[in-house]
Amino acid sequence: MFDTQPRFPELPALPGVGYKPQHFAAIMADPDPVGWLEIHAENYMGAGGRPIAQLRHLSERFPISVHGVGLSIGGEGALDPDHLARLKHLINWLQPTVFSEHLAWSTHGAEFLNDLLPLPYTNATLTRVADHIDQLQEVIGRQMMLENPSSYLAFAESTWAEPDFLSEITKRTGCGLLLDVNNVFVSATNLGFEPRAYIDAYPLDKVGEIHLGGHDEDEDDHGAPLLIDSHGKPVVDPVWALLDHTLARSGPRPILIEWDTDVPDWPILAAEATRAATALAKVAA
Amino acid sequence: MSVSQDIFRAALLDAAQPVPEGLLDGQGRAAGRRYNVYRNNVAVSLTEALEVGFPVIRKLIGPENFKHVAGQFLRVAPPTSPLMMFYGSEFPAFLRDFEPLQHLGYLSDVARLELALRQSYHAADAEGIAADALAAVPPEALGALRLELAPAVRIVTSDWPIFDIWRFNTSENAPKPRAEAQDVVVLRDGFDPEPHLLPKGGAAFLTAIGKAAPLECAVDAGGDKFDLTPVLGLLLNTNAIAALHPTGPNHRPNHRPSQGT
Amino acid sequence: MTVKITPRAQPLTLAAAVLAAIASQGSEAAAATKEKCYGISMAGQNGCKAGPGTTCAGTSTVDYQGNAWTLVDKGSCLEIELPAMADGSPRQPSLEPLDRDLPA
Repeated sequence: MFDTQPRFPELPALPGVGYKPQHFAAIMADPDPVGWLEIHAENYMGAGGRPIAQLRHLSERFPISVHGVGLSIGGEGALDPDHLARLKHLINWLQPTVFSEHLAWSTHGAEFLNDLLPLPYTNATLTRVADHIDQLQEVIGRQMMLENPSSYLAFAESTWAEPDFLSEITKRTGCGLLLDVNNVFVSATNLGFEPRAYIDAYPLDKVGEIHLGGHDEDEDDHGAPLLIDSHGKPVVDPVWALLDHTLARSGPRPILIEWDTDVPDWPILAAEATRAATALAKVAA
Repeated sequence: MSVSQDIFRAALLDAAQPVPEGLLDGQGRAAGRRYNVYRNNVAVSLTEALEVGFPVIRKLIGPENFKHVAGQFLRVAPPTSPLMMFYGSEFPAFLRDFEPLQHLGYLSDVARLELALRQSYHAADAEGIAADALAAVPPEALGALRLELAPAVRIVTSDWPIFDIWRFNTSENAPKPRAEAQDVVVLRDGFDPEPHLLPKGGAAFLTAIGKAAPLECAVDAGGDKFDLTPVLGLLLNTNAIAALHPTGPNHRPNHRPSQGT
Repeated sequence: MTVKITPRAQPLTLAAAVLAAIASQGSEAAAATKEKCYGISMAGQNGCKAGPGTTCAGTSTVDYQGNAWTLVDKGSCLEIELPAMADGSPRQPSLEPLDRDLPA
């Protein structure tokens, strides 16, 4: 099943960043940029051109994490066989270090809704998500990591707490987890739970990668804070603190800075990565 | 109390529908406007995809009008693939049939040009043949020669001055569009697609070449006024010919001269 | 140098046209190697970010089904004058005809 070795077999426990094409020259010119890069799978599914050429270049120098945003693992319908084939093709030629996707749905019938839509945490959802992960891992011939979502609402029908739900999925499928610490903070604020308790209940031994990003602030009908996972700002201090809390329990992990809206110049993004390196240094000893 | 994805989807692109029951905040109260976060994510992200995909259309009708047109389009034609790089392939047809913009007859064709540029950007790579390879073909074999175009080549024909309109909206100090029909070929030398204005018959010639017609038949297809030299020179200069396929007596082409259109 | 090709191109004229094309190599277009910037590289990126919160395009109850629509700005189409087109029909460059679609 694992017949080809990636050039970089492991993601280092260092900061990485979400790759943006506008940073290509700056990254290539920076003697010590970041430990690894993450790309969104769907942006590299064209037949050729500059995106693929840049990715080939980057993959010579950096471990690459492929982060899918369009598979709709939580969808009520079957996984799209065309999209599975595209993922398989990308993973076969790129041989990335890791692959991850979201606990969410985005496809409805023939429509792709271009958002990570929420799921009720029920036994039926659990079975469906686990089946889809089994299918995906079979197709791509390797383990995937599943990412916890940012939640803006809850389902009355849910019977599982999110950390338990994710833990059960790892048991059923053997998949790993991508822990988005900003998402935990956003969901905790939006749904009124204690973020540290969430981390303490989370199966940290399954975490192969951590995400950090900035969020926006809005409010709900009752004036309660409603945080939006916009990836358009620096990571806020309470999220850095939650990262420290996480790393103290998990030990060092690869940490990704996501910045997707109002993308800053490279030095500003690199400074966020440096801050993540500082957090890692605290637990390295 | 179960909120199926059918139910969740139904209200997503229709703000007149109530928020589905069974969606809550953290205190057990109805989710209310929290659901709007998802409505916005979908509508705004698809609108943005159209804005960056059709910048000239946006400039032509103005950004606020464009938002409105995009809002209508995304509701009748949401993406059918997770590859956002290709979203909007039905936008030209939508613009053509969109009643309030009927008086701007060129919009649909300009949108086709913008779509062609995007498709070209993501098309497979190809190395262009050297001019020497063409020079080496014996003169008597040229008529039966087949040219294989690079995958990034796109042809856009129009009754409108789409090249002029595109240039007027993308280059500073570009002249105003002339009142004439224009055909365009999108060529990608390296990684950057670029539209080129085709002379008369050029689009018919290239379309025939694209269908693997022998050179002689393709020139016929270009019609009386077609001049091969500048078009062939352009293809060579931009690495748009991926391969030459000599068609000898043992390789009878499917195309016969009488079939040229 | 350009060569007119008549239908049923004769080998000699075809060869002459091809030679002329080859001879044009290395002129203007060959120098166009600098990166173009039409924004295509940014078009249609997939992402996993969330949009602008609770109040925006997705929550507007403006009628997205019909043609009732008020123009709120003007585009560059106003600067384009295309009085007579290839099909011979006169074209008005103005956006004013949209007035007929305004709600009464």
